[in-house]
Amino acid sequence: MSPTLTDTSPVVADPTDGLAIMEQRGSTAETFGIPLAVLAELTHRCPLQCPYCSNPVELERGGAELTTEEWKKILAELAEIGVLQIHFSGGEPTARKDLAELVQHASDVGLYSNLITSAVMLTREKLKALADAGLCHVQISFQGNEPTVANRVAGLKNAHEKKIEVARWTRELDLPLTVNAVMHRQNLHQLADIIQMAVDLDADRLEVANVQYYGWALKNRAALMPTIEQIEETSRIVEEASIRLKGILAIDYVVPDYYALRPKKCMGGWGRQFFNISPSGKILPCHAAETITGLEFESVRSNHSIAWIWQNSEAFNRYRGTGWMPEPCQSCEFKEIDFGGCRCQAFALTGDAGNTDPACTLSPMHEQIFKMAETEAAADNSRFIYRNFAGGTLEPDGNDGA
Amino acid sequence: MTGLRNRNISVSEASRPVMPRHARLKFDEVRQRWVILAPERVLAPDDIAVEILQLCDGVRSVDQMIDQLAAKYTADREAIGGDVIAMLQDLADKGFLTEVREKTS
Repeated sequence: MSPTLTDTSPVVADPTDGLAIMEQRGSTAETFGIPLAVLAELTHRCPLQCPYCSNPVELERGGAELTTEEWKKILAELAEIGVLQIHFSGGEPTARKDLAELVQHASDVGLYSNLITSAVMLTREKLKALADAGLCHVQISFQGNEPTVANRVAGLKNAHEKKIEVARWTRELDLPLTVNAVMHRQNLHQLADIIQMAVDLDADRLEVANVQYYGWALKNRAALMPTIEQIEETSRIVEEASIRLKGILAIDYVVPDYYALRPKKCMGGWGRQFFNISPSGKILPCHAAETITGLEFESVRSNHSIAWIWQNSEAFNRYRGTGWMPEPCQSCEFKEIDFGGCRCQAFALTGDAGNTDPACTLSPMHEQIFKMAETEAAADNSRFIYRNFAGGTLEPDGNDGA
Repeated sequence: MTGLRNRNISVSEASRPVMPRHARLKFDEVRQRWVILAPERVLAPDDIAVEILQLCDGVRSVDQMIDQLAAKYTADREAIGGDVIAMLQDLADKGFLTEVREKTS
């Protein structure tokens, strides 16, 4: 008599994931069950200018954003079709004045809500209002473990100090905290200290996420690409800390693609268990999907339901399952393990989203990509192109912090 | 701030476990099954785990839970007591149970 807890995480690659359960139970969504969790990008506005931002290079302007009423209708619709968790993200979601109202609405319709934030716009009062509205979890991004590196990467003065303050309020309000640390060549030397910072902040989880190179990060690849030695050291540090901190801090580690052997199961497979909603209401298979040109994405402002878009739209069906795969994927024994890796990366590196992800050693381009990463890392060009609505601004020469 | 504090509780017969704020037990109407919602995760507990979690209200002691389950399943209290504690410990180790904080502490 032992309880069985089947992990249905949409993040972790696990054969007993959400889809397996939904397929087995014969859900209303048939083959491609409705995702358990959805990412709501409320706005692309953000006071930070991180050079690896996951938003598209063509940011959506404030005027195009969905209204409060439109978001409320979406939240209700999501809950009704079987979505269980909503991640409020951005841009910076707290830039929306109606955030507490949206969190309250998520609670009212039965969604588990998570705030993914840079934290710099929060006051204790605002955070308390979100907690009172039923917010279940807070994830705060950190750019380093101390202000000099962190504020330069964020392109904002005093950002780090503010984040530390908000992280403390989060725990004082008894909200669980995840520290998200995006890692690259210019902050990987701080990893051990970032782990300690997460422990000191009483975080439950730490995400150590190596930069993934689409959109803004692709523009900044030369400034961000780690060396292979850094990656080896990173893996060693994460492994050691995961054991030492068992029961204290859970660490999720996202490995860098360019130095990987097998591609990641990106988004759990295209159109398989995840979608996100852009600030203007586009339903996307992943937050980088718009980097792939030639795909048209349907909007909640169309006359289609969200479930219809998920199940029937051309963009979701294009790379769904395994039928679209070329060789060497088609006959690969791992094709239902990694679902061919990442379509955005295949597009970024080969010009065709239907190609094998070059992160895979079986891709004819893998060796070339690996060499390129090594060369870029060795060249050590450290100037960032900061993310903004103007298409990016090159960091001033000799910048020592924003 | 605090040092290396293990956030997991140790379950005994005197414990009064409760689910923490960030873990929610919910019946998923669409999929017709119970789920536990936690940060970045959705878990599918089996029927036994669901029944036990429903007893964890922060008021009832583990001792009382064992009594209740023994009566319901006309089982030998000695026989199931160890199993119930082991199961609760497993749930606690996974972060789905905590103890009510005493106001005085």
